[in-house]
Amino acid sequence: MMDASFEDTLTGEQKIRNFNINFGPQHPAAHGVLRMVLELDGEIVTRADPHVGLLHRGTEKLMESRTYLQNLPFLDRLDYVAPMNQEHAWCLAIEKLTGTEIPRRASLIRVLFCEIGRVLSHLLNVTTQANDVGALTPILWGFEEREKLMVFYERACGSRLHANYFRPGGVHQDLPAALLNDIDAWALEFPKVLDDMEGLLTENRIFKQRNADIGIISEQDILDWGYSGVMVRGSGLAWDLRRSQPYECYDEFDFQIAIGKNGDCYDRYLVRMAEMRESLKIIHQAIEKLNNEPGDVLARGKLTPPKRDDMKTNMESLIHHFKLYSEGFHVPAGEVYAAVEAPKGEFGVYMVSDGSNKPYRAKIRAPGFLNMQSMDYVTRGHQLADVAAIIGTMDIVFGEVDR
Amino acid sequence: MSEQMNELGTHIELKRPDCVLGWDVIHGELTVNVPLASIHAFVEFLKTDRTCQFSSLVDITAVDHPGRDARFDVVFHFLSMYQNHRIRVKVAVREDDMVPSITDIHPSANWFEREVFDMFGILYSGHPDLRRLLTDYGFRGHPLRKDFPTTGYNEVRYDEALKRVVYEPVNLVQEYRQFDFMSPWEGAEYILPGDEKSDAKAGAKG
Repeated sequence: MMDASFEDTLTGEQKIRNFNINFGPQHPAAHGVLRMVLELDGEIVTRADPHVGLLHRGTEKLMESRTYLQNLPFLDRLDYVAPMNQEHAWCLAIEKLTGTEIPRRASLIRVLFCEIGRVLSHLLNVTTQANDVGALTPILWGFEEREKLMVFYERACGSRLHANYFRPGGVHQDLPAALLNDIDAWALEFPKVLDDMEGLLTENRIFKQRNADIGIISEQDILDWGYSGVMVRGSGLAWDLRRSQPYECYDEFDFQIAIGKNGDCYDRYLVRMAEMRESLKIIHQAIEKLNNEPGDVLARGKLTPPKRDDMKTNMESLIHHFKLYSEGFHVPAGEVYAAVEAPKGEFGVYMVSDGSNKPYRAKIRAPGFLNMQSMDYVTRGHQLADVAAIIGTMDIVFGEVDR
Repeated sequence: MSEQMNELGTHIELKRPDCVLGWDVIHGELTVNVPLASIHAFVEFLKTDRTCQFSSLVDITAVDHPGRDARFDVVFHFLSMYQNHRIRVKVAVREDDMVPSITDIHPSANWFEREVFDMFGILYSGHPDLRRLLTDYGFRGHPLRKDFPTTGYNEVRYDEALKRVVYEPVNLVQEYRQFDFMSPWEGAEYILPGDEKSDAKAGAKG
């Protein structure tokens, strides 16, 4: 009786319509400013339409009216979680175009700080993702460690976040002697923190339930959606630019490439944890090499400023210094694409030079951009609550997605 | 590295002579120029050919050359994770040309093409959802074109009286500074406004 009457009321006009919700732009799990229109069938996501660009600052346009050196700080502001890794791609592109060889000590310092950047980024990612799925403690521990790393940043270049430290032709300044020891000491203690964090998360029932079998990426998906970095390695492909297309002096370091098996959020978490441990290995090796490698940190020439004492005694050097910081250096005409393995994946800079002191066109290829665009594909069929876990695992930072 | 790239370039040219306008290897990077009409087939060839296997799309972007007849260069970057090599494909496009979308070959091209459309105003045929991507809702113009001013045309601010964000024409307190770096140091040719005749004179004398 009841059933019949219920069916009776379900006329054409009362068809159940899917529910649309507006996720963000100010949602804590959006990791920035992401507006996403989600179409829900009950709890199940049937369509996700990310509206990005809320943090669009026109970096590429601004770059066209600034010199190569002035553009360097823009790179810090892309993925502001690991600034130096971005600068690295920019410097590599310029060095490739100009054919500059950088001194070995500078190269080692770059490797050291790139790995610190990787730890910075993975720490933030792992802990905020844990926060998104309900664990509050790791983020507090993780940020304490990030704070220590930022102090290292500050001691190297004077700035905690927006480093502007890697320069075309080397790095800005040499490291203070005590800093290397302190980084080494930190890298010895840090595994303890990682152990603690793993103790909290890895076998945690809730964390596993929220992450395992969520957002599974297959090999075909990797190709279709152009994934890179952890998104690839989490699915079992040992693809790492540090190994497969070595840049800087990564080829002489001994480290393993962590890969996952199932390609879900949980595996990507494990990969990130393992990668931090591998980064520590590289940090230790780099420090050891740096201790035996005194020397200059800039390839002295047109790209880099002269030494301070040269400037005081030599007129040509003084002129060179003035011209470098006003007009900037000229880069030979041509085009180049330089990519680095940033913590989030392949970060590339495509640079078109017309021979002047400003890039004719600079395109920034951010890994987060491709991860973000596959949001619709990956979240489809998942629960609403999984959206937060998937955004977390994709390691999206809007600085680089929106540029 | 470059030898490999040279081999690859030769291979591609042999297999697809109709698609390749020219190729070169500079800085160890292979660049292939392709006519607009055959770009779709060429991308498909790059993906399926056993030697190429360019299965990942890395990037699509464009470069604006306002002085040229075919104003834009659409630049594709592909990567093969299996063969471990990269390629750059360039297509010259006129302002009124439609570029065939490659979203059916590489789904990841979707947002790149939207971005290129947004920033340069290049239209794609066969794209499933060609909307603006990065700029504001209701934005006009294509910011990365060289004739678009860096300052833009409109600015937004929160209006206390109206209690909402209002759009206004850009009002700069100080002119946007585009520095002129004409340099007497590094082999620069002096171009003094109004002094064009001196060159002709010198030429006549010489």
